[in-house]
Amino acid sequence: MQCIIVDDEAAARTILKKLASNNENLEVQAEFSNALQAIKHLNQHEVELIFLDIHMPDFTGFDFIQTIKNPPKIILSTSDRNFAIEAFEYDCIVDYIVKPITQERFDKAIKKALSFTPKDEKDTSSEKVDTNIKESGNDLYVNIDRRLIKIDIPSIYLIEARGDYILIKTSGKNYTVHSTMKKIEEKLPENLFLKIHRSFIINVDKIIDIEDNSVLIEKDVIPVSRSNRPELMKRLNLL
Amino acid sequence: MEEKPNYSYISQLSGGDKDFEEQLLDVVRLELPQEIENYKNHLEIDNFMRAGDDVHKIKHKISILGLEKSYQVAIDHEDNLREGVLDDDLYKRFEEILNAMTKFIEKA
Repeated sequence: MQCIIVDDEAAARTILKKLASNNENLEVQAEFSNALQAIKHLNQHEVELIFLDIHMPDFTGFDFIQTIKNPPKIILSTSDRNFAIEAFEYDCIVDYIVKPITQERFDKAIKKALSFTPKDEKDTSSEKVDTNIKESGNDLYVNIDRRLIKIDIPSIYLIEARGDYILIKTSGKNYTVHSTMKKIEEKLPENLFLKIHRSFIINVDKIIDIEDNSVLIEKDVIPVSRSNRPELMKRLNLL
Repeated sequence: MEEKPNYSYISQLSGGDKDFEEQLLDVVRLELPQEIENYKNHLEIDNFMRAGDDVHKIKHKISILGLEKSYQVAIDHEDNLREGVLDDDLYKRFEEILNAMTKFIEKA
């Protein structure tokens, strides 16, 4: 695999080059002390794997990932364990290795990179996303305060947009998550959930009654937008 | 300070490659004094956030020089600085670590 190293610390780059030289599957194409230089390189060269430091001044590793189009496989290298959960949010991230890195840990990460298929290639339709959720036992994991919290999908009755956050309501508990309606909509089974307003997604099974342009679900009265009403009516088993 | 800087990680990494050991030590000799200077400058102007960034970088050097217990001191010091707190005890302990590392790389 052709790889590059992006780390502002020369000692870290020296160590990564040494570790890479001991692994027959890797060839280090170039090394960069800042993300902007690396972006220029990526525009001109084909790279299969990036070793990326998260903690760089001015432009973090996560900023870097968000900037590049079609990112290749990425192995994060950092002295900070606290970002591990955030790393799960990026499909291109293969592994997360904490400095000081040993050869054994490094080789393990490369093994993962060799067999890694980005999620985009695995899941090409929303139908497949649904299947994955079902296979994982109808669970949805959300990132709250750097913890991944499991939510039982059928127990969700309402999702409400709250600016940069979404409020997920279940029968037992509510969760405020930094995410978008679009992202969560993709993760929910279409046969169970329906967007009835730009700010509300409901679990159709949990509807108590519908009156004019609103739905009573648990104790919440939710507006139904005119454009979403026909789809809601189609989903109901009307007598 | 209980523990002393050592070559355990560098030796493990090099697998006996003396050129690499020297190369890595050269880099540490070059980078560490600059990082320490940045750290002190940022503390002097009460820029604790930047000082925390400096400790973060130095933290890796601490692990390269095999200082496992000191690494935790650096983590705590970094966390405090990022929260805008300069803990006197951690500051002193971190100073001892910096002094020990500086002496070690000068002799290495």
